[in-house]
Amino acid sequence: MNGDTKKKSTPYTVPIGPVHPALKEPVMFTFQMEGEVVRSVDFAPGNTHRGIEWMGMRRNPVQIVHLTDRICGICGVVHSLSFARAVEQIAEIEVPPRADYIRTILHELERMQSHLLWAGVAAHELGFDSLLFLAWRVREQSMDLIENLTGNRVNYGIVQIGGVRRDISDEQRPIIEQGLSYYRGLLDQMKTVFLDDSTIRMRCRGHGLLSYRDAQILCAVGPTARASGVAMDVRHDYPYCAYGDLNVQPVIPPQEFGGPQGDVYDRIIVRLLEIAQSIDIIQQCMDNMPAGEILWEKKYPKLLSVLKKAQGEAIGRVEAPRGECMHYVRMDGNDAPATWKVKASSYSNLMSWIPMIKGEQLADIPIIVASIDPCMSCTDRVTVIREGSAANLTKEELTRLSREKTRRLSQC
Amino acid sequence: MKLTKSFNRSLWVFHLNTGSCNGCEIEIVATITPRYDPERFGIKLVGSPKHADVLLVTGPVTKKMAAKVRRVYEQVPNPKLVMCIGTCGQSGGVFYDSYNLDGPIDQVLPVDVYVPGCPPRPEAIVYGVVKAWEKLERLEAAQ
Repeated sequence: MNGDTKKKSTPYTVPIGPVHPALKEPVMFTFQMEGEVVRSVDFAPGNTHRGIEWMGMRRNPVQIVHLTDRICGICGVVHSLSFARAVEQIAEIEVPPRADYIRTILHELERMQSHLLWAGVAAHELGFDSLLFLAWRVREQSMDLIENLTGNRVNYGIVQIGGVRRDISDEQRPIIEQGLSYYRGLLDQMKTVFLDDSTIRMRCRGHGLLSYRDAQILCAVGPTARASGVAMDVRHDYPYCAYGDLNVQPVIPPQEFGGPQGDVYDRIIVRLLEIAQSIDIIQQCMDNMPAGEILWEKKYPKLLSVLKKAQGEAIGRVEAPRGECMHYVRMDGNDAPATWKVKASSYSNLMSWIPMIKGEQLADIPIIVASIDPCMSCTDRVTVIREGSAANLTKEELTRLSREKTRRLSQC
Repeated sequence: MKLTKSFNRSLWVFHLNTGSCNGCEIEIVATITPRYDPERFGIKLVGSPKHADVLLVTGPVTKKMAAKVRRVYEQVPNPKLVMCIGTCGQSGGVFYDSYNLDGPIDQVLPVDVYVPGCPPRPEAIVYGVVKAWEKLERLEAAQ
């Protein structure tokens, strides 16, 4: 303290990032703080810009499919499926029904592993590490299933333009059934562990609020929007792949949990219920899977010559684990597409951080930032600059703040 | 592989993303979770480069991140090792012709252990950490 002569200047600035906690990608935050309370927030993404679209416009669509896998390591199927659907519409390629069902199964398996991954990360941000390990332990089963079906744990390379590259054999069916029954047995336990826990309820209920109106104005998508009561889901609104044949409804926090309130707790509810929904969808796909081909054209040179002649533009939309993902492609009769634009789901969700974080405490930042499941990477260092002197807040320090708040609340 | 002498101290790892696709990130976190559990040997992820023995670097190093990567590297106390996780850090991988890369990582930092794969499996990452460990012990003995 400098004594009474110097008045404490508020608000002061807390920069976090670009190498920083709670995120899976470098991004720079600037918080205007008043005491412990965040008054306003600004952020600057762009550290992981690799120029993927630019590179894509120099490659042919079959090569791009493998590039789309690497847009995001968690949403491998989402991006390649979205791109493939755009190109298929331009070239008027009809995907065989069996391939559509296999795509749907993988899409839902990816959603399951992504939501379990998120559940673990969210628990970690609350300082609840045993729950992180629990969630990631059960997640390994879905990774095993994905590996069994595609050959890879991450970046599957399974989607091909006009179908999928691997079939699901009869020997693999019991393995999928086994995996599904494993998760069915776990669901109630997961709900108990996440939703009946007083620590999680205390820290998440009423924090990180995003109103129905804000969610609409800021064009939030996916679980972030659904937790605020916006009933939108591309799988239901604009069915693709096999979703037209299946019964898919947008998941909104049910009345038994007090209906949609748009807080962090609701986002946990939505994601847990979506895991149950995914199990159901995979089961429906397994029961109704038609026989037949899995590729529109097996010979790549023939496929490429068709794509080379294709002209036109199209949008491929899919519902990623984080919300709507969109690929716009325009082709004008060359090897490479003339335009390729990717709108990933997190792009729509990032702006909702601003109303969520305003008015919250520093200790709540990690869980609120993680609550929209930003598709970004890791970190560790926070620098607090107050009256010109700097202090370092490490990730441990933030976790400590977070834990202290939990303790304070438990004692009340 | 002789490990008995190498396992006499714990190895702390700091993970730095330089523009990766998240694939390696989730495999690194999967590595520290119960199925593989290297924490029983004292290997764990830490939150600050100042606490770390090993720097895990993923991603192809975008231009914006290059200076920050160097800064983080300077904060890791000696003796230190750099592990490059994933193909894009070694050669650029699928991003080889991008206009926005300062990488691969060995153009920016001295790399000791390469773990190839896109992304490498958790087993491969654990194996890479063991290799790093052995090298760290040799460095320490030489000091």
